[in-house]
Amino acid sequence: MIPSSDATLAGWGNTAPSRATLKRPRSASEVAEIISGSSNHLIARGLGRSYGDPAQSAGGTVIDNRGLVQRSTIDPETGVISLGAGVSLDELLRESIPAGYFVPVTPGTRQVTVGGAIAADIHGKNHHVDGSFMNHIESMSVVTPTGTFTTSPTQDAELFWATAGGMGLTGVVIEAKLRLMPIETSYVLVDTERFDNLDALMEEMVTGDHRYRYSVAWVDCMTKGARLGRGVLTRGDHATADQIDLTKPRLEAPGAPKLSIPFTAPKGLLNKFSIAAFNEAWFRKAPKRKDAEVQSLSTFFHPLDGVSMWNRLHGPRGFLQYQFVVPDSASELVPQAMELLSSRSVPSFLAVLKRFGAGNAGLMSFPTAGWTLALDIPVGASHASSVLDELDGMVANAGGRIYLAKDSRLSPHLIPDMYPELTQFQAICDRVDPNHRFASDLSRRLNLRG
Amino acid sequence: MRDAFGQPQSALVLGGTSEIALNVMTKLAMARCKNIVLAVRNTTAGEEAADTLRALGATVSVISMEGTRPETAAGTVEAGFDAAGGHVDLVIIAAAILGEQDDFDDDPAATAELFTVNTTWPAAAMAALRPRLLAQGSGHVAVFSSVAAVRPRRSLYTYSSSKSGLDAFTTGWAESVRSAGIKVQIIRPGFVHSKMTKGKSAPPFTTDADQAAANIVAGLSSNKLIIWSPPVLQWVFLLLRHLPQALWRKMPG
Ligand SMILES: Cc1cc2nc3c(=O)[nH]c(=O)nc-3n(C[C@H](O)[C@H](O)[C@H](O)COP(=O)(O)OP(=O)(O)OC[C@H]3O[C@@H](n4cnc5c(N)ncnc54)[C@H](O)[C@@H]3O)c2cc1C
Repeated sequence: MIPSSDATLAGWGNTAPSRATLKRPRSASEVAEIISGSSNHLIARGLGRSYGDPAQSAGGTVIDNRGLVQRSTIDPETGVISLGAGVSLDELLRESIPAGYFVPVTPGTRQVTVGGAIAADIHGKNHHVDGSFMNHIESMSVVTPTGTFTTSPTQDAELFWATAGGMGLTGVVIEAKLRLMPIETSYVLVDTERFDNLDALMEEMVTGDHRYRYSVAWVDCMTKGARLGRGVLTRGDHATADQIDLTKPRLEAPGAPKLSIPFTAPKGLLNKFSIAAFNEAWFRKAPKRKDAEVQSLSTFFHPLDGVSMWNRLHGPRGFLQYQFVVPDSASELVPQAMELLSSRSVPSFLAVLKRFGAGNAGLMSFPTAGWTLALDIPVGASHASSVLDELDGMVANAGGRIYLAKDSRLSPHLIPDMYPELTQFQAICDRVDPNHRFASDLSRRLNLRG
Repeated sequence: MRDAFGQPQSALVLGGTSEIALNVMTKLAMARCKNIVLAVRNTTAGEEAADTLRALGATVSVISMEGTRPETAAGTVEAGFDAAGGHVDLVIIAAAILGEQDDFDDDPAATAELFTVNTTWPAAAMAALRPRLLAQGSGHVAVFSSVAAVRPRRSLYTYSSSKSGLDAFTTGWAESVRSAGIKVQIIRPGFVHSKMTKGKSAPPFTTDADQAAANIVAGLSSNKLIIWSPPVLQWVFLLLRHLPQALWRKMPG
């Protein structure tokens, strides 16, 4: 028997929940059995860390990938490991760090699954050097309504690159071979620099990012005038064994969260004023400049994982994350976006600003060369809706796009502009899923299957 | 599908020529709602309403409904979902008769008909909606009640009490779908200057249809069970519903 239950599912932003039958298969054959045994919509789900609605399907069947947890040992020659789609990066890192390997790409949380990382083709602070998650996948197997396929950049490459960033719409990834990155220590040497305005910050990123494997800036979008976009730039590289103090354990696995938010905060706890105050305190705390600080991998990559369920702080109406990328030729959109949000009093937490390197062949993969900005916005501010619509138009005009793994509110008419390879993607989905069985609330909202 | 701000992409309006409902739909169509079905009694008026919404880029179907015949309610709901393509994010129940109290005071047939249109048909339609919404796994139902439903008075008691019935039914119905994640809201507008109320004497706190629609659209994106328009009526009625009958009788309007 495949475990099954009725469940109300939402994304990390907790905004538009819907009901579905949730099933947890343990193997490719059980996934195939679920697909052939039901007649309604299907979509896979990992740890639900996408902000919006891609891992839910109203009235349909949601395939929880957390039962797909088989994994191989790490090949000592190549650093390749075969992982079930339901293995989380947290589970992987607990084992791989003590063995001297890190993941080649990590998002801001370890609580994502391999399946979710593939479906969103996630990026990290090293995109400008290492590209996104799919650049490090050697091959994978996908169960679709028309059969199970093994795909790689050389075998059925079209399915491989449709599944990369395809938000689960090509079928269910069962397992994948991931190339890990060897590390000597579980520490990063971090340079931190504080900037009083956005121009200086962006200038430094353009001229200096190539000197580091990891680079990201946190910017304050709630200040006005000359201080708009003041920020803190942190950049770093893995520390080698001879760079750190040897009284520390050299390769230490990440710890469990120390704090948890036990219930949903009352509405309005986070508003324009409390958020501005938080941003201010945070900015003041940062050093003007600090070089070669030794930080643990967890502190540097996953600071938020120290508090579990922190999304509940945003209250019952939830929140959204807005993330766009625009090419370098439209870098002025970064200050313009901040000005728009600030002048219309849309409250937003510290935003994350980063430069992307070139994108890969993923048809729906988000990263493309240029600037990406991500900000958290509480949904209580309902006027934010029309301001973000305006911003969408500016992003689309600039040849940019919105990240689907974060989206919960984009208008469907902009998708073909933002994702020009949409029709190729749809054709490959139709090949493996001619009856459009795979659909999520996201794909229906944005009409991704056409 | 609904977005993070609760904005629907598809809507079925039962009573699609209601002026306030149409003003609400105009605002929703300007945002994300581009797939609309209007169930109407008078299809000529329905097509006119549809054209207003089409001009905003929405695809609109008009189907016919007959509020005096509750046995047709289930069929209308089914036709409405079919016309929308199977999934409806927001169902608005707006069909109603207002009339003049004089016409009902001594007329059993007219009284029965008003209750049929205002209470029985909508309740039957909601019974038909329930399994559909449960099966589709998400949904939002907004039922037009009235502030008059809170406490009927001499000048409008037939209409008011028919809305009281629907209002009470909806309160209970909302509980029955709550755990299934279906959002239900009761809209209680105060006096709205519209073709329905033309010539009637207006009490305090009136709005026009556009203001009422703005209040309602803001309410639809909230999680409140009851949407008051204007919102201040929530507090006014907290007081008014407990006034001694002798005083209540003397209230203006
Ligand atoms: C605090 C935080 C920080 C984040 N930082 C970043 C970041 O820096 N960079 C970044 O790129 N993203 C970031 N994200 C987003 C996150 O990495 C992605 O949304 C990721 O997809 C979540 O993985 P998940 O396992 O939770 O998948 P879910 O959210 O459950 O699902 C995401 C998508 O994956 C699909 N999917 C899941 N499993 C499978 C499978 N087995 N087969 C096929 N499809 C599948 C689902 O259908 C869905 O479309 C962040 C999220 C949070 C909460």
